[in-house]
Amino acid sequence: MILSAGSSAVSDPAAGAPAIVELHGIRKSYGVGTPVETEVLHGIDARIGEGEFVALVGPSGSGKSTLLNIIGLLERPTAGRLAIGGRDIAGLGEADLTELRGRSIGFIFQFHHLLPGFSALENVMMPAIIDRGAPDRDSEQRARALLGRVGLAGAERKRPSQLSGGMQQRVAIARALLLSPRLILADEPTGNLDTRSADEIFSLLREFNRDAKSACLIVTHDPRLAARCDRCIEIVDGRVAGAPE
Amino acid sequence: MPFEWLVALRYLREGRLQTVLILAGVVGGVAVILFLTTLISQLQASIIERTLGSQAHVVIRPLEEVNRNVLPADGTAAIVQPRAQRLRSVDQWEAIVRLVARTPDVVAVSPVVTGAGFAIRGTASKAIALIGVDAERYRRVVRMDDYMKRGRFEVAGVGAVIGVELARDLGVDLGDKIRVRSAENRDELLTVTGVFDIGNRDLNRRWVFTTIKLAQSLLDLAGGVSNVDVTVNDIFAAERVAELLRAQTGLTVESWMQTNAQLLAALRNQSVSNTLIRAFVVVIVAVGIASVLVVSVVQKQREIGILRAMGTSPRRIMTVFLLQGGIYGLVGSVAGSGLAFGLLAFFSRVYRNADGSALFAAELDPMVALRVCGLAVVIGLLAAALPARRAARMDPVQAIRM
Repeated sequence: MILSAGSSAVSDPAAGAPAIVELHGIRKSYGVGTPVETEVLHGIDARIGEGEFVALVGPSGSGKSTLLNIIGLLERPTAGRLAIGGRDIAGLGEADLTELRGRSIGFIFQFHHLLPGFSALENVMMPAIIDRGAPDRDSEQRARALLGRVGLAGAERKRPSQLSGGMQQRVAIARALLLSPRLILADEPTGNLDTRSADEIFSLLREFNRDAKSACLIVTHDPRLAARCDRCIEIVDGRVAGAPE
Repeated sequence: MPFEWLVALRYLREGRLQTVLILAGVVGGVAVILFLTTLISQLQASIIERTLGSQAHVVIRPLEEVNRNVLPADGTAAIVQPRAQRLRSVDQWEAIVRLVARTPDVVAVSPVVTGAGFAIRGTASKAIALIGVDAERYRRVVRMDDYMKRGRFEVAGVGAVIGVELARDLGVDLGDKIRVRSAENRDELLTVTGVFDIGNRDLNRRWVFTTIKLAQSLLDLAGGVSNVDVTVNDIFAAERVAELLRAQTGLTVESWMQTNAQLLAALRNQSVSNTLIRAFVVVIVAVGIASVLVVSVVQKQREIGILRAMGTSPRRIMTVFLLQGGIYGLVGSVAGSGLAFGLLAFFSRVYRNADGSALFAAELDPMVALRVCGLAVVIGLLAAALPARRAARMDPVQAIRM
């Protein structure tokens, strides 16, 4: 379901579950105040419900990644309103954003982005170490269980460089899930994997989405995978496709 | 282990070669600073010890006599001419001794009667410096007890304490008698009650200690003393005390710092060059640590981005890099202290005095070592400040895209 600009997205009873992400007229410009100022997002309205599994599609350069970064609180929008879990981020400082990001959002990047100096187990535990300040028994057990769930039992002590691309991406998924975030953002999580591995990774994500009720927003180029999501948000030239100009 | 330490230590372990190289730099720097500081302070202490071992910190003497024309020619303020200095007493010396004893920083004061003479035995006659002292007071100015070879540093009646060289030249030992004739042509038969070796051949040959009374009568200085020797608690306060006494007494007051101005200048220059070397080493080590960490921040750009995306605050990223600088300083300085001790132990065996004793002791002052270690940690943290700030300010989106 795609919400068009101007509609009462937030309170729309037809939206069903309460929203984890609400976007209202989000604009993003780069080089503000310089001659090369360019606007890459021209007013995005969108909404993702709790536990929804949504694909974010669109051609290269359409602004998908920028939108993902804004939702992931890595970048601030130039204009518009963004709420995560009903909390408007406009008034939050850098420290609050960092904390909100750590607790509520799990990231899965295209190139897995594991920390090369740490073992698979330590990589999975890292969000808890950051959140609690130090490793603890509880999060280690959770991390071991998650590694088991993604089929990597026995690989706890291995360094990322000793794992295949598909295995690394599973570690990244386990890491994103460790703190049971309410929202998982995945930027082409299967982009550099072969079809079989891509299917496995996608199935894992769906599984966790179903079991843990974490909402998922997945950027993908693969129409096959997009079709397996609950719904699609298509971005074209910085606008949600189908929305009025 | 807290997150910041975990990540900092892992980064240090990961950048093995960088870590080893910069640690070697810090170890070397700390060792050089500690070794030089210890060596120079020990050598300076021993030079001062040797210089001041046989002389008073401050000496009070009568003003020099000069000739003044009573009626100078027109247009001339005064005509002052130098003249031969005769042996004279310090005016009011008893009052001056009391005044000096009350002066702050003064530890000991000893009136001394000294003049020229000869020691005669048989047909041998040697030029000597006759020194009349109160042994109890004088041993607190010059630690004669430490230098005694035979007998004790006691003078009473017609007893005399002489140096080993003079004893050999005259062929005398404890209990033997020597005739002493002063420049004023008075003589007395003295009994040797002690033989000293002060470590200086000339003084061993010339110094003859006797009682104040005997020296007074031999030198025709009845009731007077030729100078007042003073010891102060801090040798470098000598000049300050001397200035004060000069103003109070109006007499000639000389500190060892004046009479050994050359030595003092040499010691000061040595300290300045030591300080310069230390400053350069500190700067080089700091630049080394900073450059290694700058490279590390660039290398870890993407990881910093990931950590930020996972909810690490910029402040904690900064701490991770500050810690690395601090650890370089701490580990490097502890190992450097060990190396410095090794160098001291080695060189104290290689370099020896003429008499075979060690030129310096293989001792590391724990306070100095602690201070240098503290300094190294602070330098490490300061050097890491710039790279750490850079890491903390990194835009996570840019960092991840790298």
